[in-house]
Amino acid sequence: MKALGIILAGGGSSRLGDLSKKRAVAAMPIAGSYRCIDFALSSMSNSHVQKVAVFTQYNARSLNQHLSSSKWWDFGRKQGGLFLLTPTVTTTNDSWFRGTADAMCQNIDFLRDSHEPYVVISSGDCVYKADLGKMLQYHIDKNADITIAYTQIDNTLDNPARFGVLTLDKDNKILSLDEKPAEASGNIVNTGIYIMRRRFLIELLNRADKEGRYNLVQDIIVPLIGTRNVYGYELPGYWSNIATVDAYYRTNMDFLKQDMREYFFGGYNSIYSKETDEPPAKFNEGASVRNSLIASGCIINGAVENSVLCRKVYLGSNSVVRNSVILGDVYISDNTVVENCIVESRGTLRSARQYKGTDGKIRVVVESNERYLI
Amino acid sequence: MIKKEMIAMLLAGGQGSRLGVLTANVAKPAVMFGGKYRIIDFPLSNCINSGVDTVGVLTQYRHLRLNTHIGIGIPWDLDRINGGVTLLPPYETSSTSDWYSGTANSVYQNLEFMDHYNPDYVLILGGDHVYKMDYEMMLDYHKKKGADVTIACIPVPWEEASRFGVAVADEDGNIRNFEEKPAHPSSNLASMGIYIFNYKVLREALIALKDQPGCDFGMHVIPYIQEKTHNIYAYEFNGYWKDVGTLSAYWQANMELISIIPEFNLYEEFWKVYTRNDIIRPLYFGDKADVDTCIIGDGAEIRGTVENSVIGSGAVIEDGAIVRDSIVMENAVIGKDTVVDKSIIAESVHVGAKCHLGVGKFARNEYNPKVYNADLVTIAEDSVIPDGVSIGKNTAISGITTIDDYKDGLLASGQVIIKAGDR
Repeated sequence: MKALGIILAGGGSSRLGDLSKKRAVAAMPIAGSYRCIDFALSSMSNSHVQKVAVFTQYNARSLNQHLSSSKWWDFGRKQGGLFLLTPTVTTTNDSWFRGTADAMCQNIDFLRDSHEPYVVISSGDCVYKADLGKMLQYHIDKNADITIAYTQIDNTLDNPARFGVLTLDKDNKILSLDEKPAEASGNIVNTGIYIMRRRFLIELLNRADKEGRYNLVQDIIVPLIGTRNVYGYELPGYWSNIATVDAYYRTNMDFLKQDMREYFFGGYNSIYSKETDEPPAKFNEGASVRNSLIASGCIINGAVENSVLCRKVYLGSNSVVRNSVILGDVYISDNTVVENCIVESRGTLRSARQYKGTDGKIRVVVESNERYLI
Repeated sequence: MIKKEMIAMLLAGGQGSRLGVLTANVAKPAVMFGGKYRIIDFPLSNCINSGVDTVGVLTQYRHLRLNTHIGIGIPWDLDRINGGVTLLPPYETSSTSDWYSGTANSVYQNLEFMDHYNPDYVLILGGDHVYKMDYEMMLDYHKKKGADVTIACIPVPWEEASRFGVAVADEDGNIRNFEEKPAHPSSNLASMGIYIFNYKVLREALIALKDQPGCDFGMHVIPYIQEKTHNIYAYEFNGYWKDVGTLSAYWQANMELISIIPEFNLYEEFWKVYTRNDIIRPLYFGDKADVDTCIIGDGAEIRGTVENSVIGSGAVIEDGAIVRDSIVMENAVIGKDTVVDKSIIAESVHVGAKCHLGVGKFARNEYNPKVYNADLVTIAEDSVIPDGVSIGKNTAISGITTIDDYKDGLLASGQVIIKAGDR
């Protein structure tokens, strides 16, 4: 692959509420065994992008721990590798990353010292599976300066106005990009995946930096629309941004569908993640599980329905988990009911309690009680 | 110069013929265990957890699966700059091309490997037991006693002692003599096949015995050293240790993992067991699934009913299928409305729809009653069972079978169909 990879994973999200207190959006657990950034990393790895930089800033401990070794995504190579780029103080700079463009600009040497002719930029906050080689070929065929991958989202499920809304001409050339408009003019949105020439990006970044502009979309890409060849590329398949509680919940629930699991985990290219070496999930007498995903290391004594359980969840006898997402290492005591909830990781839910959200309003449960070992 | 205090030599070359068709295509140490592991994961994990970071794995019988599983040792942190894991198959020299003829002979043929690490002690391990053991504590014992050889021994019930090789030791642990499967045992300390040797003593003995045909640790090397120095000690181990070398023991050990708090607990944070995970996605239960007392590996799809069973990673149990008291290994598929009772179904087996495994009454196996005697249906990896057949107890199947292989759609108890693999 003739492209360098950049994953922007620096952000938190206030719309994830209490869930983002603990970690960056890109480190949110997905489908029981993965974290959000695994999808961007696996797409790059499967597309033979050899050198990938991940930009982190907000609450990055959990993310850094996840990325502590590059071998899980096959980036532990002499040629290329995985680079974690966090803000640092230098003689000429003492600020945090002031925006996505600033993050790259502060690490311009990384871009300069590479030799790949192209750069693929992706967000770490999205769940998708992309053949980036195809997108690069499209970029070359269209003779584009910048190619933006877009998708059409379902208005009934998500609000396009929380993304960049695109309009395109017949040839897929982008006519306008409305970043987080007050009201969306359509449902074609920017997926946060871009391809351009590396040298062109360096040039753009330097210019923006001189003018004190720090945001990749607003300050660099939007001004080029209409003057340069900025093309849209329809990203095939599933795409979801998880940066709100509802979207996070819905994306996890989507994995209960068989075609969804086949799409992501079947075929030749799967999704990779850090191994944790948990033992197989264990189901004791009295357990019952319906339409649910259970990750390794779980011990189930109660009932689970329409839910996603991350690794090492303990569910006590007579307890019920329904329509919920339970993050890793949660202990749920006996006789407790959890319904329409997202339970934060390492929580301890005491016995005989009721935690209930509603179908429309998912409740985020953060319970850091003392855990009594049995 | 490289110097290691202790290195391990792991004997993984045998077929393990008592596991019947389960080892038709793979060596016993590579047979899956407990939903996601392979038997060799236990000694390898013990090594790294004990601080032994240099392991030679002696392979001979069908070692492809072992090679791909172990690779460069990443899952066990055995990918090292100095040391790590090395696979040691037999090799040819300008004058000889010998297979490994016995356990000690295989180690003798790899003296060069051991010399390279210049060790003080060499740990000899087998690849066919399930246990967690701190070899470092055993080494401390070995040093404290000033022994030439220390043999790990486990106390077994007296009435069973006559099935084992037992060590008769004095109060200090010094071994007086050995009894191989004694009718009237004078000790209940069974040898676990785990030895620590002073390397100099081992080296000298292996060279002295180099022309011994089928040179074996228990039969030749230990008696040789005992005669010379009488400085062999027994190290008593009191944890969980299970020989999984027969079908009934293998089945039993798997079933022990599903009890409420298993004696062999994989869920402890301390002393993790590592393995290579090709499948990491979570397991899925369908709308009509039912589960009771099971352990199930990652990525399995359970749409039927599973009870008292160990289900491997990526296995698929289709709608209406019922699996009871069975072991289903990685990527095996159990077809719709099929009933599986007390069976061992190896990796990537495809069982068709509307079959019934484990029907009828016990009958003596006509092919090899010594191996197939535990009432189990045993199906070798990559086998295919066509739709709608019934299979009796104490049976074995290996290879792709069609309806023509089953007389009246039935494989009666005690019969076998072997169309592929080693017997």
